Amino acid sequence: MLRISGITQIFGGLIALDNVSLTFRREEITGIIGPNGAGKTTLFNIVSGIYRQTSGAVHLDDRDISGAPPEKLALLGMVRTFQNVELFGRMTVLENVMVGLHTRSHSGILACALKLPGNLKEERGIRERAMQWLDFVGIADMATLDAANLPFGKGRLLEIARAMAMEPRIILMDEPAAGLNSRETVELALLIRKVRESGIAVALVEHDMELVMDVCDYIHVLNLGRKLDEGTQREIQENKEVIAAYLGEG
Amino acid sequence: MKRELLKFLIFAALLLLLPLFFQGGYLLNVLLFVGIHTILAIGLNLLLGFAGQISLGHAAFFGMGAYLSGILTATYNVNPWLAMIIAAVVVGIMAFLIGFPILKLKGHYLAMATLGLGIIIYIVFNEAVDLTGGPSGLSGIPNLSIGSLIFDNDLKNYYLIWAFTLATMLLSINLAHSRIGRALRAIHDSEVAARVMGVNARLLKVQIFSLSAAISAIAGSLYAHTMTFVSPASFGFNFSIELLTMVVIGGLGSIYGSFLGAALLTLLPEMLRAFQDYDIVIYGLLLILMTMFMPGGLARAFPAIVAAISPKKPEGGQGSA
Repeated sequence: MLRISGITQIFGGLIALDNVSLTFRREEITGIIGPNGAGKTTLFNIVSGIYRQTSGAVHLDDRDISGAPPEKLALLGMVRTFQNVELFGRMTVLENVMVGLHTRSHSGILACALKLPGNLKEERGIRERAMQWLDFVGIADMATLDAANLPFGKGRLLEIARAMAMEPRIILMDEPAAGLNSRETVELALLIRKVRESGIAVALVEHDMELVMDVCDYIHVLNLGRKLDEGTQREIQENKEVIAAYLGEG
Repeated sequence: MKRELLKFLIFAALLLLLPLFFQGGYLLNVLLFVGIHTILAIGLNLLLGFAGQISLGHAAFFGMGAYLSGILTATYNVNPWLAMIIAAVVVGIMAFLIGFPILKLKGHYLAMATLGLGIIIYIVFNEAVDLTGGPSGLSGIPNLSIGSLIFDNDLKNYYLIWAFTLATMLLSINLAHSRIGRALRAIHDSEVAARVMGVNARLLKVQIFSLSAAISAIAGSLYAHTMTFVSPASFGFNFSIELLTMVVIGGLGSIYGSFLGAALLTLLPEMLRAFQDYDIVIYGLLLILMTMFMPGGLARAFPAIVAAISPKKPEGGQGSA
């Protein structure tokens, strides 16, 4: 459903991505792996509308979304999480998820200030659904905490709850396991599968090989801005070039 | 949310009863200014405390409201209520148009741009003598009236102004607890994440800038029709800074804080009169001490001080709006 074709990104004289093409499908978890500096996060930043690529195109279904800003992509059903966890720190955990329902609600400034009846009903609906999504990731008991006071691992889960609240069609996760302990990583794997089962395409940039091999249905390997290989986990594990890129042999 | 409403009703009742304690007199006149300043501080707080965007030019929007109302009524005999609406709409639209290029800027650059805007408008107040009366001001502005009730003394104006102030507070509290309020705070905390959530940050910032300017213009209209005289001196750069100080001292993002800040900065200079020439020194020192020791503003410090003084109780929630 999401197709990236021939993306090239040049920063100054540095070629961060060189003619990279790949696709993500519904109800599939697609992993993007590669050593540091391979261009994984750059790719995510382009797809999610934060950078503008030097050349190449991104299609969601058959719609060209190259260069669309993030708020427009959100309306088309694309959402992402961040490597460094971008929570709204001074808002409560519940309110964070409620922001995720922004595109699912419509009251304007005037309706909100005057508290019109329609707005009250909408507000109640937002609150209930936000609670359900907190429940989905298993942190409903922390709803009233300030997001800034959340333990790091729970912050990751909150980011996923917030993204899921948008009822997206594709979710891009940028290193969701970074900074998690092994137990939290196992829980994360379960959650990512649960996300896939709800009919969403999951794109996963990740360093934790165990997690990638565990959950991904299909894997793309990047190295130094180029695509090295793609395939199922077994095919990737057997590829000598991939092993070399990671271990620095050859 | 019910507690929020109860808190507001108690607050409103107290303010409406307040004039009973001093029959007319000087203090009542000062309280008119507390009301007007509260409206202005809330308007700026929506922009600064919620959306996290600074403005050093808000005195200019206040002035535009005052002058538009003054000129339309004194020179062109327009009905004062109609003049107030026209002023709010014109200033709101102007801020909307200016907002698009200006709010692309961030931090210090936005501060500089709004500062420049404020100064330009201040110069217009002074130089467009035919329209504004120039430095000597514009007089003969009529009072507001409803039927035969003319708001021509301090007590009547107290109720007029505080009706507007309380309405502004209530609407702003509603807004703060809505999807728009959350979107604004989200922009403040992480603009990129807010955008990924589908918040049109650029448009929302401009809209809130425009709303904030329109609120300031309404305060300006009230000021013009209460004082029946306006001159540029009230709308200079100094006053923009004073407004900013009210918002920060009161507490960013707190509606009641804006009231506390406005009340303190309006009443304090009056109380310090006793110190004669040293008043400005003491005033400055107090502001420095407050920003050092109450970084969360009066809105956060107030409950903490009350808790510290009162006998020990099991831990209570942090109540802030």
